[in-house]
Amino acid sequence: MARWTPRRTRALAVKTGFSIYYVLFIVFIFGPMIAMFALSFQGRRGGTSFPMRGFSTYWWEKLLEPSSIGDLQGALARSLILALVVMVITALFSTMLAMAFRQKFRGSNLLFYTVMLGLMVPGVLLSLGLATLMRQIGIPPAWWSSGLGVHVVWTLPFGFLVMMAVFNRFDSRLEEAARDMGASEWTVFREITLPLILPGIVAAGLFGFTLSYDEFARTTLLSGEYNTLPLDINASMTQRIRPTLFALGTASTLFSLCLIGLFIVVYTILYRRSR
Amino acid sequence: MLQTAPPHAKRHHGGLIGDQPAPPPQEAARLKKSKRDQTVHPGWLVAPASIWLIVFLVVPLIGIVVFSFWTPVRGGMTPDFTFINFGNFFRQDGFFDPEHRNFLKLSIFITTLWTTFRFTVTVMVVCLIIGYPIAFFLAMQVKNFKWQLALFLVAMVPFWTSYLIRAVAWLPMLGRRGLFNKMLMNLGIIDKPSSFFLYSEFGYTMALAQLYVVLCVGPIFFSLAKIDKDIIEAARDMGASNFQVFREIILPLSLPGVAIGMIFLFVMLMGEFATAVVVYGGKTSTTGTVILNYYATANYPFAAVNAIMLMLAMMIGVFFILRVVDIRKEL
Repeated sequence: MARWTPRRTRALAVKTGFSIYYVLFIVFIFGPMIAMFALSFQGRRGGTSFPMRGFSTYWWEKLLEPSSIGDLQGALARSLILALVVMVITALFSTMLAMAFRQKFRGSNLLFYTVMLGLMVPGVLLSLGLATLMRQIGIPPAWWSSGLGVHVVWTLPFGFLVMMAVFNRFDSRLEEAARDMGASEWTVFREITLPLILPGIVAAGLFGFTLSYDEFARTTLLSGEYNTLPLDINASMTQRIRPTLFALGTASTLFSLCLIGLFIVVYTILYRRSR
Repeated sequence: MLQTAPPHAKRHHGGLIGDQPAPPPQEAARLKKSKRDQTVHPGWLVAPASIWLIVFLVVPLIGIVVFSFWTPVRGGMTPDFTFINFGNFFRQDGFFDPEHRNFLKLSIFITTLWTTFRFTVTVMVVCLIIGYPIAFFLAMQVKNFKWQLALFLVAMVPFWTSYLIRAVAWLPMLGRRGLFNKMLMNLGIIDKPSSFFLYSEFGYTMALAQLYVVLCVGPIFFSLAKIDKDIIEAARDMGASNFQVFREIILPLSLPGVAIGMIFLFVMLMGEFATAVVVYGGKTSTTGTVILNYYATANYPFAAVNAIMLMLAMMIGVFFILRVVDIRKEL
């Protein structure tokens, strides 16, 4: 047992103070979501605020009915497909870019800043620019064309930074050794490089998936005839707000949480294997 | 962070980044040379992404600039060069005319941009005040690596969930019959529901702070965690007080992280429009909503002008943040 010197006591007091502050912070950032979660089980006659009038799964059931909020199932399916495609493209592009950036090449600085520009340009500007342009050319925007385009612009910087970090600490001697032993370029990549960077690729892909799945501003003017899920949620808010919306929000949040959990599991397994 | 971690955890954390030593210089040079001979030409690796970025990022941005000089016509625009859109942005009836009541009133578009900017800066300050201690706590006070990672991840979870839904989640908190009013009435601070929260500046600012605070906690945490604990130990040994350690060492070394976080917040908040609609009931407009409104009425050139002004304001803001803190050293 350590002695209770004044310095120790004070350090402990400071730490306790910070811990309490951290808990308050967590309540602050999760509080509204928890309230929403509770209200999604509002009784049949309840409204969108407390108190709860009984407990029911009425609003959750309404969620599954086809007509409650627009074309919900369709929007969900589109968002998932889009997110999966964005995930694959993000993982692929960011790996290729980071591989190229292992050496200096002409225009590498310009390319770096262009990739980062995707992070800095507000979604509404990108949306406006591309939507106006497509209108002028006469191509109708759609979630699978223009929507996909701007989503990748948004997710690529995140994936790219992850892969840059991976290659920053990458030991090229392993590849060199394989090359010295006569392995072809492709074999080196498949047998040495890929297994080592796989956790990073998964992380880049996850960024792609979640950022695309939640993206709203960039798709505002670009999804065309059919909505993605965030756009559908936004559209449903222009009608009277009902607890169905909270049920939808809760479901979507739970889905995101499951994704994070799944990612942590996959990442840990891959990481252990890559050692 | 790495310094405090036990060896096995240290290896684990390498995770995303890996943890191998860099090759010595001569060898590195040799590697570079041989790599150039053997590996795929970088051009092939960057080509697809470059083309993608040109089509979906560079060209649309150039488009905005070009379209802002076009002439709006009914239901569209024609490629006739004009400054009239920029004029309309600044023009105000009776401006600087002493007889007129608009004598010193700026145009509605300038004031909207100004309001957007004011909210942005307010929220940035609030986020910094709320977020810095959290990053400090995680990086400096939590010594156990596993706890550090876990607490950090918990604090970052909102980043991975839908931002629109987090905005919606504020509705039951803020309304006239919302949780805040209920709490205050139960505590006896107010006796009838106040409309102070929903559709008010206060509610809006708070919702924005809650939505965006995680974006600045991350970068600040990383720059704090990178600080070499030996420096702090050395300062302590020489008799520096806690406050002196913070002011002389921790704060200056964390500034790059603060700058990155602030740039993030600044850029995102300036382009913000959805929260304004959800939590602020569209009672005010941000430049983002103005842009969308003009797009909806098919006045594309004027939407483009507002977009350009927004971009200019953002560049100036980012420039000033970079003037205060040089983050290039960090990258």
